Amino acid sequence: MDIFIQQIINGLTLGAVYAVVALGYTMVYGIIQLINFAHGEVVMIGAMVAFSVIGALAPSGLPPGVVVLAATGCAIPACMLIGYAMERLAYRPLRGAPRLAPLITAIGISIILQHVAMMIWSRNPLAFPQIIKAQSYDLAGATITNVQIAILAISVAMMAGLVALVYRTKLGTAMRATAQNPQIAGLMGVDANRVIAFTFVIGAALAAVAGVMVASYYGIAHYTMGSQLGLKAFCAAVLGGIGNIPGAMLGGVLLGLVEALGAGYIGDLTGNVFGSNYQDVFAFMVLIAVLVLRPSGLLGERVGDRT
Amino acid sequence: MIGQVIDRLKSERALLWGGVALVAFTLLALPFALASVGTTWVRITNLAILFVFLALGLNIVVGFAGLLDLGYVAFYAVGAYVYALLASPHFNLHWPFWVILPIGAAVAALFGVLLGVPTLKLRGDYLAIVTLGFGEIVRIFLNNLSQPVNITNGPQGIARIDPFTLGGLDFSRTETYSGLVFSGPIKYYYLLILVLLAVIFINVRLQNSRIGRAWEAVREDEVAARAMGIDTRNIKLLAFAMGASFGGVAGGMFSAIQGFVSPESFVLVESIMVLSMVVLGGMGNIWGVILGAVLLSFVPEILRFTVGPVQMQLFGRMIVEPEVIRMLIFGFALVLVMAFRPGGLWPSPVRRRELAERRP
Repeated sequence: MDIFIQQIINGLTLGAVYAVVALGYTMVYGIIQLINFAHGEVVMIGAMVAFSVIGALAPSGLPPGVVVLAATGCAIPACMLIGYAMERLAYRPLRGAPRLAPLITAIGISIILQHVAMMIWSRNPLAFPQIIKAQSYDLAGATITNVQIAILAISVAMMAGLVALVYRTKLGTAMRATAQNPQIAGLMGVDANRVIAFTFVIGAALAAVAGVMVASYYGIAHYTMGSQLGLKAFCAAVLGGIGNIPGAMLGGVLLGLVEALGAGYIGDLTGNVFGSNYQDVFAFMVLIAVLVLRPSGLLGERVGDRT
Repeated sequence: MIGQVIDRLKSERALLWGGVALVAFTLLALPFALASVGTTWVRITNLAILFVFLALGLNIVVGFAGLLDLGYVAFYAVGAYVYALLASPHFNLHWPFWVILPIGAAVAALFGVLLGVPTLKLRGDYLAIVTLGFGEIVRIFLNNLSQPVNITNGPQGIARIDPFTLGGLDFSRTETYSGLVFSGPIKYYYLLILVLLAVIFINVRLQNSRIGRAWEAVREDEVAARAMGIDTRNIKLLAFAMGASFGGVAGGMFSAIQGFVSPESFVLVESIMVLSMVVLGGMGNIWGVILGAVLLSFVPEILRFTVGPVQMQLFGRMIVEPEVIRMLIFGFALVLVMAFRPGGLWPSPVRRRELAERRP
């Protein structure tokens, strides 16, 4: 039973990170129907910037909490800048182009960001400094670390903040209006270009924090870490119904749980024929099963042809 | 008057045949020219031709039928492993290639239908993620099916795969006919060119056939296509199956040429690469797709051989790793081509018209 609770805790932690990254995908998709494949790389850049800042500040004797905060504080604007530049320089010229063109652009950006990162921060995995002392707490027979608690708390806070932003502010209303119909929103005085740029920037800020969280959780930062994480987060967004903000959160948490429980139990369920190396298969199978039964994801509305 | 027209037709026909002869001569002489630079370049050319097969196969699914497939490399993998299992010491089977290649194509087509059936109702980006998941699932299985029963030999892959042999002709051995040295890669090159011509012929005929037009109708408007009496379910499945079978054949040939397969060769990046070839070249236009495949296969290789020496020349030392520069140039090329030619380098006439119409 405690294994079960342990896997739930691990799954929730992982799922919270997926959810935060998935929000970036889903917000952009909701507004301009673009899969921003480079979003995962923004997460990676966030982790890398934080890595450098922690490395620079760690010997200064500041309290560890302050160092991590400062690192995150540097990662967020760096990623926001990248998010803005990406939208302004690469995606905006492609508005109204055939649907697959921006996808290839996204792949190009992804390659560029990865290799710039490789140039700046070596091609080898970097040990992410864990300057905050890890502490474990007992929870119903399972353990939960302070890092996990922090990840969960920060993710929930950010998601709450985002929901408030989207559903309670003027800017959020403008975002939702643009998502529904850019032309009409424009007639109502919404500057679509600004709203879209803003969406990219918010998504990038979330990604930066996610990058710091995931790097501190695993203790590793690598220039390819973004693509795998981005892929999972994209799955999460699709699982929940892409373009739907609560859907991305639900999808992220579900995917995290499925992965953790799958990894924990797949061996027992199949008599050890399949080991935990089939963890990813498990996640994708669930994704495919959900989409076959509900073609627009769990919370997605049935949209007609918008291709 | 009529005499003039006939004269012009005659001269145009002469021009046409002259062009054909020129292309044929270039294709025939190319491997020897390349071999004089280095046999590596013949191998690179062979791989490029395989990528042309893959890109043309994916073009059926994405370009003709408009179904976004991000897991196309799975079919390549299936074809490669079918060949590897039936013609290697792994199971001690050594079937001839002309038996295995059709089997590989059929198995790949079966996998295509397997992927197609559950995804018929999905559209656009949802389809993309499911196909992506499918590709990953196939790769993970190839990676792990070494136990309980050793089928794929796991991450180590399968080695010592038989080369093609036909009668007494072994495609891996070097032979000399009348002073010309035919190395293994050169022989494969000629075989690949023959298959390539067949593949191009099939594609051109398909595009203008009843099926090809049905695909186009489904791509443009599925509901309207159904109203016109097209069985959209079967026509989509057919697109998946036919696209997959091209991948299967390419995979089988890849196996034989390399002599070794492992799951490493069939990662997501490969699918994305093939998709880039299709979109960059000009989705839906066979010649554009071929151009895209050739460019994206050769440009990174050419950069691989030039970036290092050029840096040495300019600065006297390596400033940035050649690999990084190569990939950076590649990334920027993708972004820039899409920014200036969103329809691809050589868009199909239909798409060019659409693009022109959309401009206000």
